[in-house]
Amino acid sequence: MAAISREEVAHLARLSRLAVTEQELDVFAGQLDVILQSVARIGDVAAGDIPPTSHSVPLTNVLREDVVVPGLTREEALSGAPDQAENRFRVPQILTEEA
Amino acid sequence: MSLTTKTAVELAALIASGEASAVEVTQAHLDRIAEVDGRVHAFLHVDTDGALAAAREVDSRRAAGAELGPLAGVPIAVKDVIATKGVPTTAGSKILEGWRPPYNATLVERLRAAGTVMLGKTNMDEFAMGSSTEYSAYGPTFNPWDLTRIPGGSGGGSAAALAAYEAPISIGTDTGGSIRQPGAVTGTVGAKPTYGGTSRYGLVAFSSSLDTPGPCARNVLDAALLHAAIAGHDPRDSTSIPAPVPDVVAAARLGASGDLTGVKIGLVREFSGEGAESGVMSAFTETVEALTKLGAEVVEVSCPHFQYALPAYYLIAPSECSSNLARFDGVRFGLRVGDDGNRSLEEVMSLTREAGFGPEVKRRIILGTFALSSGYYDAYYGQAQKVRTLITRDFTSAFEQVDVLVSPTTPFTAFELGARTADPYQMYLADLYTIPTNLYGGPAISVPCGLSDGLPVGFQVMAPTLADDRMYRIAAAVESVIGVLTPPAL
Repeated sequence: MAAISREEVAHLARLSRLAVTEQELDVFAGQLDVILQSVARIGDVAAGDIPPTSHSVPLTNVLREDVVVPGLTREEALSGAPDQAENRFRVPQILTEEA
Repeated sequence: MSLTTKTAVELAALIASGEASAVEVTQAHLDRIAEVDGRVHAFLHVDTDGALAAAREVDSRRAAGAELGPLAGVPIAVKDVIATKGVPTTAGSKILEGWRPPYNATLVERLRAAGTVMLGKTNMDEFAMGSSTEYSAYGPTFNPWDLTRIPGGSGGGSAAALAAYEAPISIGTDTGGSIRQPGAVTGTVGAKPTYGGTSRYGLVAFSSSLDTPGPCARNVLDAALLHAAIAGHDPRDSTSIPAPVPDVVAAARLGASGDLTGVKIGLVREFSGEGAESGVMSAFTETVEALTKLGAEVVEVSCPHFQYALPAYYLIAPSECSSNLARFDGVRFGLRVGDDGNRSLEEVMSLTREAGFGPEVKRRIILGTFALSSGYYDAYYGQAQKVRTLITRDFTSAFEQVDVLVSPTTPFTAFELGARTADPYQMYLADLYTIPTNLYGGPAISVPCGLSDGLPVGFQVMAPTLADDRMYRIAAAVESVIGVLTPPAL
């Protein structure tokens, strides 16, 4: 049985904000199915009482002294922007006229 | 005198004594790049002006009587996933084409402080996702041992630059083997330090709980010197470990003496060679025998969960990548596609990511989104994190019995370009032996251990977390027996 369908791949691509072509959907569905069937055997090992490891280093909040230090200038922060206006990042419209 | 075939240690000595200037050394490597990189394609960007300016600075400091560090004036190549202020940084992706970061990664600052001279940025699989450098958006890198074959990945450019004598040392990043596997297939040395031992600040993140920058070199001592230059706590990285860096340089020198009396080496029973090429296993086995002649005791240990490392990795790494790569949305930096005034932000974002990401990145984003999605999380991602615990326990148990674990670095030598791109899971097998240590977090190194059908084979040494010095000692002992491999002339 297929672990993942073409429709599921299309749905996941939408969730991931990825516009994929029909041809890519065909290729990815086949490849992801093979990958998922190959990795599914991890279900054979870990019983419920094993704590998960998310990170090999214990994570702690790192706070610095509350002292103002120079950061990037406005020009530096905007230097790689695909578009800008009035010293800000310019983005395409978010709301339509009807909204 | 050919400056480009010398080690970093030899070059630094020539510069310190005044027998060669840093500018001469740098120019020799820039000339070599101009001569061969059209065929190797190790570099995505060569920073000629920046390199010569940095070299002149080293020469000025020397002339002024300043005390120079052990790598002062030595040219270095840097993987293009590392932010370099004002110098293009693309992570091998079209989505970052032309981006010049407004800041430096911590390790770039440390390389500058050490007096190294950055030649440029090296080719890589897009966002460090791949095992062959065929997934670079700018075309593949070719293995200097055989230009029809892959140089490994994702750091194929950083390894090929060494084997082609375009740079004596380079920097890579290792998420599932991307320093060690290219090292193995190009006959060079590549080390993954303890996770958190080298700063990730300024890396274009792929899988944050695994990504580890580290040194690449043509010999173990050069790798150790570079390791020492970049390692150490960085308050700008919350996963950086505030612990002293072990003396890896002294360990490399100790190992080079060829005495391993009292050292216990573990062979992983589960890595006994199933699926590996016979030539790879022969070179590995002969090297283990050579280590016993140096005084090492070799015992077999069992790490029963290592067989689940590859599947666990291919759920964890894509999950983290799907999250990390959400920042490439065409708003603050990089590419933007479809912004014609008639499309919404969401449409522009989707079109930008479609145009900017290559196939392996898309595959992993979709796979990660799947593994993290409601209904599948417990069965896939949650389960993979439990497997990570079991693999860590395997390592802990093994290191109660032995000082280090050893294995071949890769199951096969460099394959031909295109041989595995149609079947991603076959490609993933290239990292079979390297991935467990990424999930655990400990250090590991690949050092050449001979040839199979004329192609290099890598020998992997894995050590406990923060015992990076131990792996350098064993790797240097291997090198004392095998020697440094010399690729055919280009």
